[in-house]
Amino acid sequence: MAPRHRLTIRTIDADPRAAAISTAAHQLGIPLDSPDDVAVADLIFIEGDLDQAAMTKLHGFLVDPLLQKGSWNTPATLGTEVTFLPGVTDNAAATLLHAADQLGLAVTGAATGRRVEFGDHVDADHAEQLIERIVANPVIERWTAGHIEPTFHAAGKSTGNAETVPIAGRSLDELVQIGVVRKLALDPEELQVIQQHFGDIGRDPTDVELETLAQTWSEHCAHKTFRAHISTDDGEDRASLIGMLRNCTDAIDAPFVKSAFVGNAGIVGFHDDVTLALKAETHNHPSAVEPFGGANTGVGGVIRDVLGIAHRPVAITDILCFGPPDTPLTDVPHGALHPRRIREGVIDGVADYGNKIGLPTVAGGILYDPGYTTNPLVFAGCIGSARGWTLHDGPFPGDRVIVLGGRTGRDGIRGATFSSLTMDATTGQVAGASVQIGDPIVEKLLIDVLVGAEDLYTAITDCGAGGLSSAVGEMAEGVGADVELDQVPLKYPGLEPWEVWLSEAQERMVVAVDPSKLAELADRCAYYGVELADLGQFTGDEVLTVRSGGTPVLELSTGFLHDGRPQRRMTATMPQPIRGTYVSRSIDDPGLALLRLLSHRNIASKASTIHRYDHEILGATAVRPLIGRLSDAPADGVVIADPTDTAGFAIGIGANPWWGLHDPEAMAYGAVDEAMRNVVAVGADPDQVALLDNFSWGDPRRESTLGELVAAVDGCCAAAMAYRAPFVSGKDSLNNEYTGSDGERHSVPPTLVITAIAHVPDADLLVTPELAQPGNALVLLGTTSREFAGSHLDLIYGEPDDLGCVPAPDPDAPVRYRHLHQAIQEGLVWSCHDLSEGGLAVALAEMCIAGRLGAEITELPHDDLVASLFSESQSRLIVEVSQSDLARFRDVMHGSIQVIGSVTQDDVLVLPGVRTIDVEDLADAFNREVVPPAPTPDETSSATTGDQDVSDEPDQESDRR
Amino acid sequence: MSAPPALVIAGPGTNRDKDLSLALALAGADPTIVLATELAEHPHLLREARLVGIAGGFSYGDSLGAGRMLALDLMVGLGDMLKEFVATGRPMIGICNGFQVLTRTKLLPGALGHNAHGRFECRWVVLDPQPASRCLWTKGIEHPIHCPIAHGEGRYVHPDPDLLAEAGQVALRYRSTNPNGSVADIAGVCNASGNVLGLMPHPENFVVGRQHPHHLRGRELDNLGLRLFQNGVEAAAEM
Repeated sequence: MAPRHRLTIRTIDADPRAAAISTAAHQLGIPLDSPDDVAVADLIFIEGDLDQAAMTKLHGFLVDPLLQKGSWNTPATLGTEVTFLPGVTDNAAATLLHAADQLGLAVTGAATGRRVEFGDHVDADHAEQLIERIVANPVIERWTAGHIEPTFHAAGKSTGNAETVPIAGRSLDELVQIGVVRKLALDPEELQVIQQHFGDIGRDPTDVELETLAQTWSEHCAHKTFRAHISTDDGEDRASLIGMLRNCTDAIDAPFVKSAFVGNAGIVGFHDDVTLALKAETHNHPSAVEPFGGANTGVGGVIRDVLGIAHRPVAITDILCFGPPDTPLTDVPHGALHPRRIREGVIDGVADYGNKIGLPTVAGGILYDPGYTTNPLVFAGCIGSARGWTLHDGPFPGDRVIVLGGRTGRDGIRGATFSSLTMDATTGQVAGASVQIGDPIVEKLLIDVLVGAEDLYTAITDCGAGGLSSAVGEMAEGVGADVELDQVPLKYPGLEPWEVWLSEAQERMVVAVDPSKLAELADRCAYYGVELADLGQFTGDEVLTVRSGGTPVLELSTGFLHDGRPQRRMTATMPQPIRGTYVSRSIDDPGLALLRLLSHRNIASKASTIHRYDHEILGATAVRPLIGRLSDAPADGVVIADPTDTAGFAIGIGANPWWGLHDPEAMAYGAVDEAMRNVVAVGADPDQVALLDNFSWGDPRRESTLGELVAAVDGCCAAAMAYRAPFVSGKDSLNNEYTGSDGERHSVPPTLVITAIAHVPDADLLVTPELAQPGNALVLLGTTSREFAGSHLDLIYGEPDDLGCVPAPDPDAPVRYRHLHQAIQEGLVWSCHDLSEGGLAVALAEMCIAGRLGAEITELPHDDLVASLFSESQSRLIVEVSQSDLARFRDVMHGSIQVIGSVTQDDVLVLPGVRTIDVEDLADAFNREVVPPAPTPDETSSATTGDQDVSDEPDQESDRR
Repeated sequence: MSAPPALVIAGPGTNRDKDLSLALALAGADPTIVLATELAEHPHLLREARLVGIAGGFSYGDSLGAGRMLALDLMVGLGDMLKEFVATGRPMIGICNGFQVLTRTKLLPGALGHNAHGRFECRWVVLDPQPASRCLWTKGIEHPIHCPIAHGEGRYVHPDPDLLAEAGQVALRYRSTNPNGSVADIAGVCNASGNVLGLMPHPENFVVGRQHPHHLRGRELDNLGLRLFQNGVEAAAEM
């Protein structure tokens, strides 16, 4: 063995990681008093015969003398050292080997790690707690007090064989037991069908076959609940939930839908020959266990979905649901991570992937509720763009089965079945292997290879849940394929055949390639540095054959694999929501209520998160998530428009789980309506909108939970039909429950996220909530009723016994949105904002913040003050119109408007019956949790004016038209 | 006058190459995106180029430090040629990761450390072109430039920023709040001859009016980042 060396690198200025540990320690109640209480260093481990000159050379490469100090001596001080577990990808080590090669150094191995040192008065227990809870992640890392020895070369030996699992003649109980031991997450009826199938062909299955069936038939991949036959207690049986959504899309028959509910993503075409691929995914369970990796690979996965339907990814969305960050540590069940750590990890994970791969993360939201404490939700979406797209209609017999991208390791094994099980305290440990590790750079290179190579393959799909088993299995449907696992490039040796076949190692795509095109694709891969492996061929015999060392380890008819699963039959108890009962609320100080609403976590500014995402890259972001004079107010929808194009598209999001607790159907309708409002408000055409549905629910085998799901799908369908806005793709994530140490099951609130993607015909004719011109009229569109169930007012002041109803659908809304769009196209609208959480008062406040102008409201929409200000009735918007255009605006809206007041120069919001509030006080409440935009300049900085944004010019009259 | 040929150099993980390419094209150049490894194999591309840009992104995923590995790739394969390119006075620009690469190659002074607050940050900033600078890219620009930043390692460090300013090498300073703790609010520096500019912010993302956060007010065209590229391309055309 070659000698080993270790280089410890410290920053000269304060290392921000130390400050982060200190802050997090405070939040955990382990205060580190002095700044010297914690120090962080990077560790580089090198294996190789290096002389002094070589070590100087490496030191020169790795250590920048202006920023860092490096030492080849092993530190004598106390410290804890962290490094990756054997087999976990160490990208820095790989780069180091490349650097050594460039420098001409004989390095045979490399590894990296980090070292954390605590001050003397931090006791060992506290230090260990901090390492485990804040610094390291036991799922992918190991640590030791003192000096750690990294694993340079993961060793391992595989048998190369499949194991036969005897199931013939077993009783149902014995089958169920086999399923439990192997964590197959299959229903008893499904196990019986498998037993029957293998009985028919006269042999027992191999472990590869059983695992493949478990993945393919998992809730995660097969959407058993959404495809189930459901009997409801209201006597109206549903053929299947997915069938209901599809039927709506068929009935709407929108000309812009090019492909819906087929393949990896929905496809729409709004103008010219441009098509958009739309997809949103969830990555909930992985994010609960390993927040960074879970969210990271959630983003990576949805980008591959878009790539897997031959579109160039152009934008990312993320909707995140967390437990309250101030949850006391004692309220977090044993074995679960604290919501604050989950939040930090998830946001870092989203930012890391999106920023590095080079896509703008533009639209999203963050919702907080105790129901998400142990079960965070991570919805990640991606939109892709293509010109002249046609559906690839392969694979054809004779095409090669080609895998591109990252190598296969033991990461992410059984992810699909893991996601289909309820979590408990041991999940973190047993799921260790199911955690995926992302590498956005590899995926960036995959995009580089595949965009522009559309004529080199006949079919394409991504390796997601189920890995190769799912990707190759799906592509082989109706064709058949014969592949050799020995051809799969591995990260390290020792993987058994089923592990290679099932691994969910990230950043891999499978393409079907005509042999005559293979050389050209291989050249393209070599140019970008992407690995390509030829696993075998598509056969035409409708049998999937998988070999290890030439010997078949799996032989399944593709018919059985894809269509052999028995349809689930389920029973639902429908919810009985309160409807048509209008109950108001009484509050003493509506001004205080407004400020409390603005500073409620769900409504308050998400700037601290938004600024961690690159939302500018590609130069196409025309309306950003933050808008207004100081870029600190929330937008409705965001708009993406290529800088050289005239048209663009808007993204709007709708979600309101608190309505869902009381009336899932109205909630679903309201989520669609909110997404519609958001895109219409920004200038999109309401007649060219496509929708995505993402359901995150509890265990659907509980009849009431399933009933809520059925009701929500009913609401989705009703809204889609009303707005003629078809669903084109969707995803459901069920079993979002956690069995706590108390034995109780904790389910997430019924959470439906609707994403609307809409055509923006003129990307230079956009509208935001930014109040523009004192004197202009403020006009309210829509009807206000006393609808408070699930409202944010109730979240703050508590629910009364007599709740009343959740906001009901407004049948006039589709026409209203069409008229508003016409008004925007005519240039009549100066600013516009939808009414959502917190109602009229919050919407007005946000418009004032955006424009840093005042508003004086003289007319209220309802006799009841609280209802006027805070009811969350659906389908309402505020529009700013100049006095001279009011008559025309009224005509365009066919008279159905209410002038409620005007924009003022006074920097105050004046509401009837409410004390006058300064706009700056509104802004302060809204920005309560925002981290200051920049560090306080230290003494070395020259004194400058310190404006926070680009509005440094003297104020000028608005002349936007 | 024909459009001067320009190279946009990328590495594995570079992601603002197309944005930079568009900016150069709108400024009148004829840009080609090229991988550093490809350039090492076809060095004639560099000889023929009149302008070089090193684009932003995360080359090698920032592992081992932003820009470090791509800088090594360039210096091992093309070090002498790049120095010659600079010595002939042809314009070169490195943005964000490209700036990090240029400091690592020592074609520009100073270094870029982690943002003082420890986070990646994306927001719009205002830059003051420094009238005393020798930089050809910022020459004659009177209005502040508006554009976004998007980086985690953008804290400019230099042992003697006053001396650097006296030498005319401070090209741009943050006029808006210093977003990363850079010494003396320095956002961009040039080499001693003024033809090589490195900066953390992304002027290539403000080349058409619609890209500005306040474009709906329609009064930001004086602050286009495109102005920098027009200067660079003009100088390239005169070479």
